Amino acid sequence: MSSKEMVTIHIDGKEIHAPRGASLLKVARDNGIDIPGLCYYEKVSPTGSCRLCVVKIDGRPGLVPSCMVQVEDGMKVTAFDDEIESVRRGILEMILAEHDDDCINCEKNGSCELQDLAFRYNLGRELRTLPSLLDVVPKIYDDSSPVLIYDSHKCIKCGRCIKACFEIQGKGVLSFAGKGLGEYVVAGIENWADSACDGCGECVQACPTGALVEKPVYGVRVREIDVDRKVVTTCPYCGVGCQLELWIKDDRIVKVRGYDDIPNRGSTCVKGRFGLDFVHSPDRLKYPLIKKDGKFVEVSWEEALDYVASRLSEIRDKYGPDAIAGLSSAKCTNEENFVFQKFMRAVIGTNSVDHCARLCHASTIAGLVRAFGSGAMTNSIEEFLNADVIFITGSNTTETHPVTATYIKRAVLFHNAKLIVADPRRIDLVDYATVWLQQRNGTDVALFNGLMHVIWKEGLMDEEFIRSRTEGFDEFIKVIEKFTPEKTEEITDVPKEKIIEAARLYGSAERASIVYAMGITQHVTGTDNVLSLANMALLTGNVGRESTGVNPLRGQNNVQGACDLGALPNVFPGYQKVTDPNARRKFEEAWGVKLPEEPGLTVVEMMYAATQGKVKAMYFMGENPVISDPNIPHVKEALEVVEFLVVQDIFLTETAQYADVVLPAASFAEKNGTYTNTERRVLWVQKAIDPPGEAKPDWVIVQDVARKMGYDMGYSSVKDIIDEINRLVPIYAGITYERIRNGEKLQWPCPSPEHPGTKYLYKDRFNRPNGLGKFHPVDFIPPAEWPDEEYPFLLSTGRILYHFHTTSMTRRTQALPQYVEGPYMEMHPDDMKKLGIEDGEVVRVVSRRGEIKIKAIASGRVYSGSVFIPFHFAEAAANMLTNDALDPISKIPELKVAAVRIEKIE
Amino acid sequence: MSSRRYVLLGVADDGVFSRLKAEIEGLPNVEVIRGLSIGDFDGVSLAVFPTGVRYSGVPVSEVPTIVKKHLEGDKTVDQRFDGSVLPSTILPSRQKRIVLERVGVIDPESIDEYIESGGYEALKKALNEMSPADVIEEVKASGLRGRGGAGFPTGLKWEFTAKSEGKMRFVIANADESEPGTFKDRVIEEGDPHRLIEGVLIAGYAVGASQGYIFVRGEHSLAIERLKKAIADAKERSFIGENILDTGFSFDIRLVPSAGGYICGEETALIEALEGKRGQPRPKPPYPPQKGLWNQPTLVNNVETLANVPSIIMKGANWYRSFGTESSPGTKVYSVLGNTVHTGLFEAPMGITLRELVFDYGGGLKDGEFRAALVGGAAGGFIADLDTKLDFEGVKEKGGMLGSGAVLVLSDKADAIGVLLSIARFFKRESCGKCVPCRVGTQIITDIMTRVYNGNCTRKDLDVMLDIAYNMKLTSFCPLGQSVHLPVKTALEIFRADFESRCGD
Ligand SMILES: Cc1cc2nc3c(=O)[nH]c(=O)nc-3n(C[C@H](O)[C@H](O)[C@H](O)COP(=O)(O)O)c2cc1C
Ligand code: SF4
Ligand code: SF4
Ligand code: SF4
Ligand code: FES
Repeated sequence: MSSKEMVTIHIDGKEIHAPRGASLLKVARDNGIDIPGLCYYEKVSPTGSCRLCVVKIDGRPGLVPSCMVQVEDGMKVTAFDDEIESVRRGILEMILAEHDDDCINCEKNGSCELQDLAFRYNLGRELRTLPSLLDVVPKIYDDSSPVLIYDSHKCIKCGRCIKACFEIQGKGVLSFAGKGLGEYVVAGIENWADSACDGCGECVQACPTGALVEKPVYGVRVREIDVDRKVVTTCPYCGVGCQLELWIKDDRIVKVRGYDDIPNRGSTCVKGRFGLDFVHSPDRLKYPLIKKDGKFVEVSWEEALDYVASRLSEIRDKYGPDAIAGLSSAKCTNEENFVFQKFMRAVIGTNSVDHCARLCHASTIAGLVRAFGSGAMTNSIEEFLNADVIFITGSNTTETHPVTATYIKRAVLFHNAKLIVADPRRIDLVDYATVWLQQRNGTDVALFNGLMHVIWKEGLMDEEFIRSRTEGFDEFIKVIEKFTPEKTEEITDVPKEKIIEAARLYGSAERASIVYAMGITQHVTGTDNVLSLANMALLTGNVGRESTGVNPLRGQNNVQGACDLGALPNVFPGYQKVTDPNARRKFEEAWGVKLPEEPGLTVVEMMYAATQGKVKAMYFMGENPVISDPNIPHVKEALEVVEFLVVQDIFLTETAQYADVVLPAASFAEKNGTYTNTERRVLWVQKAIDPPGEAKPDWVIVQDVARKMGYDMGYSSVKDIIDEINRLVPIYAGITYERIRNGEKLQWPCPSPEHPGTKYLYKDRFNRPNGLGKFHPVDFIPPAEWPDEEYPFLLSTGRILYHFHTTSMTRRTQALPQYVEGPYMEMHPDDMKKLGIEDGEVVRVVSRRGEIKIKAIASGRVYSGSVFIPFHFAEAAANMLTNDALDPISKIPELKVAAVRIEKIE
Repeated sequence: MSSRRYVLLGVADDGVFSRLKAEIEGLPNVEVIRGLSIGDFDGVSLAVFPTGVRYSGVPVSEVPTIVKKHLEGDKTVDQRFDGSVLPSTILPSRQKRIVLERVGVIDPESIDEYIESGGYEALKKALNEMSPADVIEEVKASGLRGRGGAGFPTGLKWEFTAKSEGKMRFVIANADESEPGTFKDRVIEEGDPHRLIEGVLIAGYAVGASQGYIFVRGEHSLAIERLKKAIADAKERSFIGENILDTGFSFDIRLVPSAGGYICGEETALIEALEGKRGQPRPKPPYPPQKGLWNQPTLVNNVETLANVPSIIMKGANWYRSFGTESSPGTKVYSVLGNTVHTGLFEAPMGITLRELVFDYGGGLKDGEFRAALVGGAAGGFIADLDTKLDFEGVKEKGGMLGSGAVLVLSDKADAIGVLLSIARFFKRESCGKCVPCRVGTQIITDIMTRVYNGNCTRKDLDVMLDIAYNMKLTSFCPLGQSVHLPVKTALEIFRADFESRCGD
């Protein structure tokens, strides 16, 4: 912090320089003066409750707790003298008197801050003067949470957990109850299970003693000293990319802690901390399988690879390369995606490679590339903290990007940011919002146009920015003209006062940031929606500066990387168009083969091509389209009719059941590589344990298949692949293996090894050929399907915190299914009453495409006339119902709006 | 003033009240106003107004006598019902009443009587004739010091609050009054609620606040009722609200009953409670005048402090300084309890001696010789020296604290150890639990005191107790924990022999 003024202080005669205002306790400790203290926790505001850190300061009477003191120039501090030490010893004895020092039964034994101090002050049981008071301390033992245990007899009431929950996670689930010695920590009103705790474990990580500990969700109780090694890696679940520290014992993950680094600074959500035991699931695929007579049999790698190579060669030779299509994976590493698309293009000879990003953010890429030039988050997660206004739409951030949500909540709670939520559902962030715009599903463009109308009418746009950095304003504003607040209210159902209020907030902010996710993208107007948000940012000059921008939150851990590295049918790695002869030439030279010129098929197109007999073979690496894709009946038909299907995965997924060959892959914990998180940041994935059985990293398998097909990629390690990426992908050119392993966490574009990476995009110019941002006139088009008499309810789908994608990982954990076990449908109580449906009753939901049976839950989150179903669960898959109508530009299906009928089951 | 006559009934006693009600049936212009603490004597007290003659210790059976003789026959019943002769005149005359001037004199539920007796004139004067700075100057010049216990100069606190930056300023009247043996604020609230309101209004004007709160102890239901009515009446007369008395000054007052706990009287815990949080103290600094309610500049004053303000504004700082001492001007309302003949509230100039209070006001000891007094409530110290001057400095010189002005008088027959045990228990019960020394220390001290009381302690126990109390004084988070040391230390000094006689070794 160079901007902070430095001051000079003296502690016990030692001269120390420190930034003015820093906590005296921290300054002392940073300089090797180890003042004791138990309630101080650097990440939260000081509490001053343990009183162990008292010191003397010249000119101040008595003893002062150093954690509460901010250093000032010239301060003279006595940290250690006999009197202070004897006072501290006295206090420590008091803490020990109310503490159950049953260390032999405590997981914290050996890493407990209280135990450390008891040793330091030589306060073994016999050496204490105070009797134990445990018989008057109420024993509260709360093990009702699926992931943690609280024991009041070990609790020293330091309050760190309470502050961590509120000040870091922005939740405020915990508080103290009781008085005096009877004080204890309570979640919600009574216990953890019935509280709003969502199991992120921030409190556990903050607790200095054994009062709050993890439940042994990884199967064993371990102390830190039992652990063989700790491995820092990147979370395999969502696009936040949290850094995790895996504790490994006997080649198993036994505990997980958040690692204190960008982007999560030690925080995690429940999945990252308590949901990694799927790695050790007995269901893991360990050997290659070939389906013989309708049954899978274990075979050797040799046999499997030969079989795959020969079948693929055969089909390619017989029907041509475009008869083969592949799905790469947003779960796999950058290197694996690179290798897979290279395999499809260079070895098979087709551009038909895609992955599930098609289903989540294809429209983001289409829209943002058109408007700005690149299809990614313009800014970084940490920048939310300094935004004046955050506009969130179509993102249930607390559930889908939990740790990103903590930044947003903190911005609101502690940095005076104002939050605008535009969402048909009453998501949790509404509680933090200044304005909530509850638009009807599928009317987003109208809403945004309405907001821009007000901004324009009230002169809140940034004219200088529009003049110097954009084009297309005149045509654009013609469309906006029509969207008066009255008209917008008519289309969207949002009261015009709220439209005006939100427009003024966003329009007059110095730094306003737009955040969105699949609620925006998964529509037939997905690209329009994105363009419209880009218009809003351009209109107000809220792009190209810190804490502004248009920020799509990417879902999967590596969906950004999969896109970046070319797992898309129209671009090579680094968004270099396959139709661009220069780009093609470059890759042809590098790979030594002729490459196809036409863009390939997208996910949904592949399935249609299969049922039409055009695609004969498919190769899926780590994808499960039987659950994740819209119109499941059709996907199943496609998988049944193809001649040859290879599925490479860590589990025998619903999709793998259809395969002819199943290849066992290594999980994230068993391989090296990188993920690129939602903010374009390349993060290292470190191998922690060996894969089970004969499972191998995906890139190794794909390279082996290629070799069998006569193409040698020649990689001996992940480093070789990264080197090649550096050479061929300009935005990744400077993100070298050495820098990554040195701990640099670089954001692309990073064109050279000296480049520091790019925190936010478009500072001086947009990435379009002429350097300008482009306004697009976007008019409102209603969704493809709208409720009618036959199908009167509007169905929306989405994700929830406790499960991921198709649940192939989350359901194989101990803890997560305890929160949410299976499928359910949120339905408004009024509608339930009208149809005579009881809370929890199983009903039939029917759309034009299929039907499912599902439990209906009364919920105020949806408005009357709409229902919501999490898409994760196979036994009542929402995608049986969803519409695969496509956005004409990005080909993303309309997963967010479908018309359904709800029937009682007699 | 109205010609109506009424009986004010002191400490509530349902029997006496209903009997009185029944007896006065049919008497013209006579009314009973219930539950007011007249505050001179213990026991059931009633007083007949307008003459102000008081009766105490009245049994239900004697109610008809008083009604017949005094109310119908207009003759004082010259008899105390505990057998002594009614000293009907000594008490009010000896006292110097400023904050209690109307208590027991007017009908507290009548805003008219308050106004007729000069009420709200100070507010008018402040608003019409003085700038906020003038008001602060006057209060500074008066030397008024906080009556909540710490004795901080009030004018200075107002000035800090007025000068702090903030979006909005607040005034809070601290009416939580949970110090054992202290009931002065309640009597003001019950007996003259408009005086408190007027004080809050003037303070609000002076510091530039627009919102006031009266944070009142939840158990004080009569005070709550009276304050509620008084606020409503004052609003109706435009003393509270928008554009007060057409002066352009707008100020609102809200009454907030406390959900309980001694700690909620500590100003920062009070603020937390007002914000709807758990009543636990905040770190200081920042002090409330810098960052108080909702982190805005906030003035917290005790009820008695604020009740002095209207008189200071009306009569001036010099007049005020003519009472009391140089460093502690004005009067103090002492709550006298224990072994004196009379117990109750006495308002007297600051700086009278303990001897005067015990003998002249309290009427001397009931039984036995004077041994010591616990001055300042549970958080105060035991003092044996009768020549101690009762003002902030005087008590401090003798190693004690004037505090809220509660004085518990102990004769040589009193059980000092029992008193200290109940103090220990009080602190244990009221410790909020936030900090280690107080949370654990109060339990340890209570355990030791229990052993002392039962006669099975050791000398070592006494040392440990003093050590712990000293550690608490040095390291506790807030004054609650810090103040345990004083009663423990002074008790061990004065009653050392009693303590040692209980030790087994
Ligand atoms: C434990 C504790 C309880 C307190 N209770 C009261 C109270 O009931 N009333 C009060 O006026 N002050 C109380 N105080 C003092 C207040 O914190 C504060 O100093 C006072 O309200 C300031 O008003 P003054 O300056 O007018 O005295 C208490 C302090 C402590 C530490
Ligand atoms: S549970 Fe742990 S962190 Fe929370 S108050 Fe108790 S000791 Fe502190
Ligand atoms: S927020 Fe995302 S990256 Fe972080 S722990 Fe949770 S799932 Fe993993
Ligand atoms: S001294 Fe500590 S425990 Fe006691 S009341 Fe104050 S803050 Fe609470
Ligand atoms: S570390 Fe400072 S009081 Fe606990």
